[in-house]
Amino acid sequence: MEPLLQISHLTKNFSDGKEDEYKAVDDVSFELFPGEKLAIIGESGSGKTTVVNMITRLLDSTDGKILLDGEDITHYKRNKMKNIYRKMQMVFQTPTESFDPRCRLGDAVAESLRNAGIPKKEAMEIVKELFKQCGLPENFMKRYPHEVSGGQCQRAAIARAIAIKPRLLILDEATSALDVTVQAEILQLLDALQEERQMSYLFICHDIALVQNFCDRVLVMYQGKIVEQGKTEEVLHFPKHEYTRMLLDSVL
Amino acid sequence: MDKSARRKPKKQKNYLKKRFFIFATLALILVVGSYFSERLCPYDPYEQNLSIAKASPSLAHPFGTDRYGRDMLSRVIVGSKTSIYSTLLLVVGITVIGTIVGIICGWNGKKLDTILMRISDIFLAFPGLVFALAVAAVMGGGVQNAVIALGAISWPKYARIARSQTLAQKESLYMRAAILSGCSTGKLILKHILPNITGPILVTAMLDIGTMMMELAGLSFLGLGAKPPVAEWGSMMSDTRNLLTTHPWVTFAPGIAIFLSVMVFNLLGDTVRDLLDPRNER
Repeated sequence: MEPLLQISHLTKNFSDGKEDEYKAVDDVSFELFPGEKLAIIGESGSGKTTVVNMITRLLDSTDGKILLDGEDITHYKRNKMKNIYRKMQMVFQTPTESFDPRCRLGDAVAESLRNAGIPKKEAMEIVKELFKQCGLPENFMKRYPHEVSGGQCQRAAIARAIAIKPRLLILDEATSALDVTVQAEILQLLDALQEERQMSYLFICHDIALVQNFCDRVLVMYQGKIVEQGKTEEVLHFPKHEYTRMLLDSVL
Repeated sequence: MDKSARRKPKKQKNYLKKRFFIFATLALILVVGSYFSERLCPYDPYEQNLSIAKASPSLAHPFGTDRYGRDMLSRVIVGSKTSIYSTLLLVVGITVIGTIVGIICGWNGKKLDTILMRISDIFLAFPGLVFALAVAAVMGGGVQNAVIALGAISWPKYARIARSQTLAQKESLYMRAAILSGCSTGKLILKHILPNITGPILVTAMLDIGTMMMELAGLSFLGLGAKPPVAEWGSMMSDTRNLLTTHPWVTFAPGIAIFLSVMVFNLLGDTVRDLLDPRNER
């Protein structure tokens, strides 16, 4: 099977203008297949978010290649990325901040549809359906981000990300800001969506229990490098790398 | 914090709204009134009648008359048109230009940002009124040139605010979300950046109305703004200042007009600032 996302030798250096260079991401390669749920775990500062920011091209990579659906998007400019974003979407860590404070939730969710040329009336119908799917009351479409709770906002963020029917959804610690019950509901929603649409998930997380329940495969990152990868069960039950063992010990 | 402190914001907001309503009404009266000023004044402001020159305030001439026998009340009313409209034009102009430059700088960054910001630094380095004097001296007097001169030295302030605000918004998470939604650059700026930076810019503009009105009057007072016989508060004061010791009302009338309208616009600006202060939200 062709991988949906293929990352090879991806590297990101941050330099402070002088000779000191800091490798935030160092030679990272992995593949993500259609319908797969892949988790990236690791402590804060291990480069997880930098990796996904490079995949979504919000951040330029220093070296390496990013292939989405066989297309090399490593050096795409923003106007070319517009079409790529129909295949790839992302949910951010802090839901409330990921919405324009002066934009109603319904309009924010409809934005990608409107930008794809769908007329306003139709787009709003789709948004209404999405809100229902994500367990949000219809009148929330008229609300502003600060008028709803963090959990409700994150549902809206997921609604926004899936509106355009992407094939890849990146979740950057999308559930860590939520309490446990809401977390479970959102994971159920994601599971349901996956069955319905055969979506692939790239799941950034540091909640090991969540990864165990939700993901097929795990990558472990440490200091910008992938130190271990494999099936969730194998990695979590029989960790090979010392860091993975430490990470698991600290949870248990 | 105790209960009373928590209840306070709502009360505070209602009080602010009331205050805003009052000052907005007063400002509106000034603006609309000055638009119809020719019809509001009891006498022809330019008609000279030497037989009643330098008359004291009376029922017929509440502010008295100047040395040519022109009714001061009428002149003050007509003068409002020049003073208020040129001020508003000036403030709107520098706000729009400054904001556009600021957004361009903040959004593009790099070389263009450096060039435009250095140009604005040059303008900021000039002492305001001295530069305005130079411009007015080179291009000649007249309200129009005074407005241009003040505009030239005032826009950088707005450019700086717009730039720093744009930079902050550009890095925000929702901007990334909007990029992922496939927004074009134009849409990002118009739909997401502009509405989020108008608050601070609007407040600065409101607070600047009073200052600009004073500076325009100052330039006119120095003879570099409105030219006599055009009624303008600053030039009227300058015109009549040698009568100050003998017939003080002719100087007081335009002085009080400047004082009152600057105060109304300053208080309105203050209220708008308090209203838009996020600490008073919700």
